[in-house]
Amino acid sequence: MAQENLVSWFAAPPVLELGLELPDWYHQLQESSWQRFLTIPEPARTDENWRFADLKKVQFSELQAARPAQNIEVLIKRAMTERVNEFAAHFVFANNRLVYSEINGLPEGAVCLPINEALAEHGDLVREYFMQEKGSLGGDKFSALHAAATLSGLFIQFPKGTTCELPILTHHFASGDFNCVFPHTLVIAEDNAEVSVVDTFETANNDEQNIFFANVDLVATNGASLQYVALQDESDRGPKHVQINSSRVGRDAKITSAFVNLGAEWIRQESTARMMEQGSDCQIFSANLANGVQEYDQRTLQSHEAQHTTSDLLFKNALYDQSRTVFAGLIEVKPGSHHTDSYQTCRNLLGSNEAEANAMPGLEIDADQVKCSHGSTSGQISDEEIFYLQARGIDAEAARQMISLGFLNESISRLKGEAVQTYLFERFERKFRSLRDA
Amino acid sequence: MPRKERRNWLNFNNMSQTLNIQNLHASVDGNEILKGLTLEVPKGEVHAIMGPNGSGKSTLSKVLAGHEDYEVSEGLVTMDGVDLLELEIDERSRAGLFLAFQYPHEIPGVTNANFLRAALQARLPKGEEIDAVGFYKDMYAKMDSLNMDRKFTGRAVNDGFSGGEKKRNEILQMMMLDPNYAILDETDSGLDIDALKIVAEGVNRMRSPERGFLVITHYQRLLDYIVPDVVHVLFDGRIIKTGGKELALELEEKGYDWVTQELAPA
Repeated sequence: MAQENLVSWFAAPPVLELGLELPDWYHQLQESSWQRFLTIPEPARTDENWRFADLKKVQFSELQAARPAQNIEVLIKRAMTERVNEFAAHFVFANNRLVYSEINGLPEGAVCLPINEALAEHGDLVREYFMQEKGSLGGDKFSALHAAATLSGLFIQFPKGTTCELPILTHHFASGDFNCVFPHTLVIAEDNAEVSVVDTFETANNDEQNIFFANVDLVATNGASLQYVALQDESDRGPKHVQINSSRVGRDAKITSAFVNLGAEWIRQESTARMMEQGSDCQIFSANLANGVQEYDQRTLQSHEAQHTTSDLLFKNALYDQSRTVFAGLIEVKPGSHHTDSYQTCRNLLGSNEAEANAMPGLEIDADQVKCSHGSTSGQISDEEIFYLQARGIDAEAARQMISLGFLNESISRLKGEAVQTYLFERFERKFRSLRDA
Repeated sequence: MPRKERRNWLNFNNMSQTLNIQNLHASVDGNEILKGLTLEVPKGEVHAIMGPNGSGKSTLSKVLAGHEDYEVSEGLVTMDGVDLLELEIDERSRAGLFLAFQYPHEIPGVTNANFLRAALQARLPKGEEIDAVGFYKDMYAKMDSLNMDRKFTGRAVNDGFSGGEKKRNEILQMMMLDPNYAILDETDSGLDIDALKIVAEGVNRMRSPERGFLVITHYQRLLDYIVPDVVHVLFDGRIIKTGGKELALELEEKGYDWVTQELAPA
């Protein structure tokens, strides 16, 4: 039975033919990934990684590699008017194809190219880092499919000592029913480099059954600092969004990543953070606003693999209507990773009696002198908080919205860059407005 | 009392510039706490309410602000002739009532600046936007007068604030919202003497013929710094004694037993 389902996803590898000369190793990787995709079984409820998941959502059918999008000018205009207002570079992809790019000021030596061009020009460099992370939180099959198909998204490499405060922006649009896009982001911050990246995932229209299979690889070596933000603001009716993220942090390096979800009917986000050398630090934030029948399924792993490593995770979900969230997070302290400092918190704000928040925090400690804590809470906005705001003249509805916004804002306010924070905050406000007007 | 009768009574009092509380009965969870409280605070005056624990001090402030846990079974409250009890919580605030909370709430993720701005914005007619430059200028001037660090505007409302910071924040909100009547609910609790002086100075600067204050306190100490025109003693849900500022000193010296014994039947 499983085999039948597999075939129905795709009849053939959804590879994009751009007429480019691609390295042999890449063709081989695509082919072997496709074979892997075909043989990996579909997610099953017996798999711990898929506990509480709605597996019906994973049964895809009638998918196709996306043909070029219509109305590209409209999408470009949208991306240009609704973006972080200060940036180093901006790339827009629609249905896997680069449709717009603007370089505002990248530091000398920095490589920032669409992945297909990077393969042609810096093939060896890409090969060193491209999809090297083999660990999985259940989404193997998606990763394999992604590797078989992707040719869109950015390759960013900041060599030793290269810094840029302003973020590099990417928009990924999907347009058209049953179209699949495969956005890829690969960021390498080498020794003492500093880089900030913001990906925005959007759909061109409402009510289209398109799907994102995204993959994000972040690498920071000695003393580097990397900030990555993913804003998923697709239509809340129709699209599905699968995103596999991996962070690999080297000595005294730091990766901050944030995942903001407002749209899509169903998402599955897996994030693995590996603190691999002494002094590695990871900060992982998420702020999600779910309504209607939206379902957000997030799985995380904080893996401490060396002494004196730190990590902090803060996930926040605000749920309305019949929406549903799943958070499963594990802190793993590998043998000998003494003096680890690791935290994990998931907070849910329930705005409706029918909403459902599932949280499964976990700890596995195999070292000494470790400070770890995890916890999850679910609650409603307290009447006393609303009373306080009302007593200042703010009406009850606005007070609720303000408290919910503040709740979500708490995690993104820990990001660097005021323009990035504002960008995310305004999207929250916009969704709240649409909830109120509905 | 049937609403119709209330309205008639209101018209009669339309021109009064007072916060007028008549025979107020209020209960929480079925227990009557206020048992016929009558009190009038005219604009321009500072009235203090003192009373032992459990006398109904905090209940009075919450009932006036409109907290939904408190049920008013009898009585009238008018503010400049407007029936306060008919208004929603936020409408009372916009009509000019301010309550400085005994325990101000923490609102994580909402900055003080945004909070104050939203409160002021709520007072403007639809379509009118608050002037951001003027707002910050005004806020900074008022913060300076309360010895508050400018960084505080970017911090979340009361989140991680010390007791003193929270109370100062209440006074800042009062200054920004410029109410006609301000109720200070045990604003002195948890304050050291320096913070108390700053808070009291803030209140004193706000005193004007256009504004009435109701200062609720357990201790006489606050009244050394905010000198009241009238002092009321609240006991078992009623005002049992009213006098001048010297009454506070007398209470401090003799304790509440002195007044309650006076009340006891001979």
